[in-house]
Amino acid sequence: MAHKRRELLVDPLVDNNPITLQVLGICSALAVTSSLQVSFVMALAVISVTGFSSMFISMLRNHIPSSIRIIVQMVIIASLVILVDQILKAFAYEISKTLSVFVGLIITNCIVMGRAEAFAMKNPPVASFLDGVGNGLGYGLILMLVGFIRELFGAGSLFGVTILQTVNNGGWYVPNGLLLLPPSAFFVIGLLIWAFRTWKPKQVEEREFKIQTVEAH
Amino acid sequence: MADNTPDTNARKGPLRRFLDLPADSVPKTLFVAVTLCLFASMIVSVAAVSLRPIQEENKLRDKRINILQVAGVYTPGENIREAFQAFEPHVLDLTTGKFTDEFDVATFDERAAADDPELSRDLSSDPAGIGRQSNFKTIYLLRKEDGSIDKVILPVHGYGLWSTLYGFIALEANGNDIFGLQFYQHAETPGLGAEVDNPRWKALWTGKKLRDDNGDLQITVDKAPPAAGIEYHIDAIAGATLTSRGVDNLVKFWMGEEGYETFLSNLQAGDI
Repeated sequence: MAHKRRELLVDPLVDNNPITLQVLGICSALAVTSSLQVSFVMALAVISVTGFSSMFISMLRNHIPSSIRIIVQMVIIASLVILVDQILKAFAYEISKTLSVFVGLIITNCIVMGRAEAFAMKNPPVASFLDGVGNGLGYGLILMLVGFIRELFGAGSLFGVTILQTVNNGGWYVPNGLLLLPPSAFFVIGLLIWAFRTWKPKQVEEREFKIQTVEAH
Repeated sequence: MADNTPDTNARKGPLRRFLDLPADSVPKTLFVAVTLCLFASMIVSVAAVSLRPIQEENKLRDKRINILQVAGVYTPGENIREAFQAFEPHVLDLTTGKFTDEFDVATFDERAAADDPELSRDLSSDPAGIGRQSNFKTIYLLRKEDGSIDKVILPVHGYGLWSTLYGFIALEANGNDIFGLQFYQHAETPGLGAEVDNPRWKALWTGKKLRDDNGDLQITVDKAPPAAGIEYHIDAIAGATLTSRGVDNLVKFWMGEEGYETFLSNLQAGDI
């Protein structure tokens, strides 16, 4: 059992990562990764929401009528997200200003719903909690990697601390402005997926169809 | 299932009986939906209500920090509430250019006033892109030790590229020399338009003049200095033409006759 619990936490980090393998939760990964600090807080928010929503849904799983199960899951997730948003506004005001709507949008993050529906509805609370936290960690890991690349090369700093002095501030580094814009995260995530699948060839999906080659006669 | 006879059911409480119903039955579905909604709304409202005072405090603190910063008297880590005591808030009537006692300074909300037809007006020409303008604004005076005015802090806002920029402009006591400009809320492009927050760009504003000796408004944010001279020119932000234009428009609008012009001439005449 102990071994299995560890797997629940570690497996989603690389082998079954929600972003790079399942390609879920991309929207917020594009939006909030322009700086590491924001990525970090967003990761914490998602970890707590996936963990606790999976736990509560799993506790109720035998009583949730299947006809309204998605709505029940949404109500639980939405309440937790509002709770996180309110707490951020009260205790981390500066960061909540930068995150703005993206905390609220955790509600629509496919990872949260996906874990609720795929795991928490069928497994006991502790395992569901760990599974939720694990997937949140997997999401957070990618967020931090993308945030690291984007902040370092886009703004020349890490966690707001200047690493590469930019030209605007009298230094030598000409920042790559594209990296501060959301679309750049597409490239970064794409490259990460490539790197992950080169490292772990098992993750490469099989082709759904083959392109026919027509031989000329 | 053996103990589910009517006899044992009667001994269980009503809640227990509900929970034992099959999850897909109609009463159970309704029961789960209603209970869950009640429970969730209770948690959400308790959190919202109990955290509101802290959140309001944060917002106020953030605004005050910005006022302190634009006046150049902010030192990180100081007690904001105490430092802010130096500022004297007034509600200003834009049409007369005089302070008014009609509202309580502490509770007056100019964003709400801008939506109130009684307290605001529709702009016929609207260069700053703000829609309706409140006739009343909360402004702040910073006084010197001898009681004379040191700086005047005026709230300004206007549309940039993506968003309305909200900020403060600080003027010297003569009502013509700019001390600083600072935005506390905007959503311009990071790295481009958001460079309005760059300290190096903000430093360009210090010492610039609004009007020339004839009293004509000359202040300009542009790539090239205006004919009037460089003391009226703030270099536009490279790569952020539209945000710079927005800042140009909003400064011209708020310093012009629809904005604080009447107040500023009263200030120069020593009649406020």
